[in-house]
Amino acid sequence: MDFKTALFYILSAILVIAALRVVTARNPVHAVLFLVLAFFNASGLWLLLQAEFLAIALIAVYVGSVMVLFLFVVMMLDINLERLRQGFWGNLWLGGPIAVLMVVEMVAVLSARSFGPEALPVPAAPAAGYSNTKALGTAIYTDYVYPFELASVILLVALIAAVVLNLRQRRDNKQLNPAEQIAIQRKDRVRIVSMPSEKE
Amino acid sequence: MNFVMPDLYPASAEIFLLLMALVVLLVDLFAGRRWLTYLLTQLTLAGALGITFFTIDGRTVTTFSGMFIDDMFADLLKLALYPAVAMVLVYSRGYLAARNLDKGEFYVLTLFATLGMMVMISAGHFLSLYLGLEMLALSLYALVAIDRDSARATEAAMKYFVLGAMASGLLLYGMSMVYGATGSLEIAEVGQRIALGGGNRTVLVFGLVFVVAGLAFKLGVVPFHMWVPDVYHGAPTAVTLLIGSAPKLAALAIVMRMLVTGLAELAEHWQVMLMILSALSIALGNLAAIAQTNLKRMLAYSAISHMGFMLLGVLSGIVGGDPRFALNAYSSAMFYVIAYVLMSLGAFGMILLLSRAGFEAEDIEDFRGLNRRSPWFAAIMMILMFSMAGMPFFVGFFAKFAVLQAAIAAKLLWLAVFAVLFSLVGAFYYLRVVKVMYFDAPTDMSPIEGPRDMRILLSLNGLAVALVGLLPQGVLEYSIYATYTFLVGH
Repeated sequence: MDFKTALFYILSAILVIAALRVVTARNPVHAVLFLVLAFFNASGLWLLLQAEFLAIALIAVYVGSVMVLFLFVVMMLDINLERLRQGFWGNLWLGGPIAVLMVVEMVAVLSARSFGPEALPVPAAPAAGYSNTKALGTAIYTDYVYPFELASVILLVALIAAVVLNLRQRRDNKQLNPAEQIAIQRKDRVRIVSMPSEKE
Repeated sequence: MNFVMPDLYPASAEIFLLLMALVVLLVDLFAGRRWLTYLLTQLTLAGALGITFFTIDGRTVTTFSGMFIDDMFADLLKLALYPAVAMVLVYSRGYLAARNLDKGEFYVLTLFATLGMMVMISAGHFLSLYLGLEMLALSLYALVAIDRDSARATEAAMKYFVLGAMASGLLLYGMSMVYGATGSLEIAEVGQRIALGGGNRTVLVFGLVFVVAGLAFKLGVVPFHMWVPDVYHGAPTAVTLLIGSAPKLAALAIVMRMLVTGLAELAEHWQVMLMILSALSIALGNLAAIAQTNLKRMLAYSAISHMGFMLLGVLSGIVGGDPRFALNAYSSAMFYVIAYVLMSLGAFGMILLLSRAGFEAEDIEDFRGLNRRSPWFAAIMMILMFSMAGMPFFVGFFAKFAVLQAAIAAKLLWLAVFAVLFSLVGAFYYLRVVKVMYFDAPTDMSPIEGPRDMRILLSLNGLAVALVGLLPQGVLEYSIYATYTFLVGH
């Protein structure tokens, strides 16, 4: 077993354990930190596959920003996990066997026979001076420009959805609009009521 | 690296719609006049209709490196899509205004949902198909929750979001398996490679299972239907109307593109899967609808059974590797979907018409004695219910007739008999609505109000259901022509 293979197994083992702990950890902050660990190991696996840019992007985007945001959310919302967790193990008798069955089936189908080194062609070694990042950029902005644009529209939709679902004008808002105040006219404020004079 | 500018002409309707959606967003923000937003949205749909109509040239063109297909099938489905969305907007307007939901974002998100459906209809690549689906789904999740003070709507949105995300995951996983086996994400290319014997069969079938499960979730057929009644019931009726109508057209398109263009070689496998889904949907949809007292829930179960009927057409296309039946079967599925969208628009439109501020009119009881309150709209509702039940000489009858004919031609007599038996069961709950309208005394006698444009359009909608039933040739030929170009195109 050469160094790369050994590294692969180490990274994978930590990844699987960390992913399991994400689901089983009692403390939500721990769960988020385990997720960070899982992302680090996944990016290590990508490095082994020579996908350097993706590996860096995974760390920069997910670990650097998304998970930090996650931590903020988890720390700010006081979620009582014990209550959420009630009944989690109650469905084990059904979920457990199904999960085991799925894993066995997937192992049977996706074994080395179909995705092993023999079944797939060996990729050609990249030419000298080949840049992973440059190739990715070229592909995204030429062949894949359509899905790239669609993805940007989806982000816009997400943005609009987030605003429409969360933006609230507070009812006790005392903010005044200066333009409206300046533009006020006498007839807006004073109502002259003509009343016939009456005698007692 | 030489870059070839993609041909933008075939996608001009999509580009127009995207630009106009952004314009509507800004106009709504700065002008703040809701009628202007509404008008612009309708003009956008009309403009997209015009562009699609005038750029039809009968050729099959692909652009954006094969990710976008502009064929007659796509064009004709889109031509059915725009009026459906426009009708949704006309029907919803009064309802939204009465509930303080008439926000500009409703129109913007509807336009983005329409864009997503157009992308799905024209998808030539797994990536664009998936992204179109997500664009539609994301807009719909937000629309379901747009009444954010309603606990029921929020719960429905949450269920829809979680299950929809899971379905997308299943679909994506299946696609990645197909990609792993064939080495291509372009749908036509996948079909060719499989036909040439490429790809490991076991992996392909494994991927197919996930693809079919994902598609079934999106269609809402048994056993992947759990979200349908809750979402239809929980969402504001205007949004239910949107979810229950136009997306079915796009769903048919992706089923056809994924299964018929991409995975046709695996037809023997997916036909069996669709058979099970279809039979279960027809049975469970019709049985469960009987127990409902809420009209929206009843129509949700009826949607499940209708989608089962539509699958009947899709699965009858290839008989033992013989593609002779394809034209008939797929065009019957397309006819079915168009007919269903027309009926569904009308039925939910009636709920919207009867609702007022603070009153939803979503229970079957709320239709009591409608005949005394408004004989005309009672008649329209009766036409819609008869048509949904598949009574002769309404459009629903010919739709059912066409798919059953396709199933019998494919030697699936048992399935056809099964479907007919359960649609007889289904006639019970449709007729119950008619009975309530005509033979029960009304509990409130308030007159039927509603904007005039809505009343006129709803009347036309009901009459169209009757008229297309009497003269189905036009729509039938439209479907056959679309399907023909689809089959020749690949």
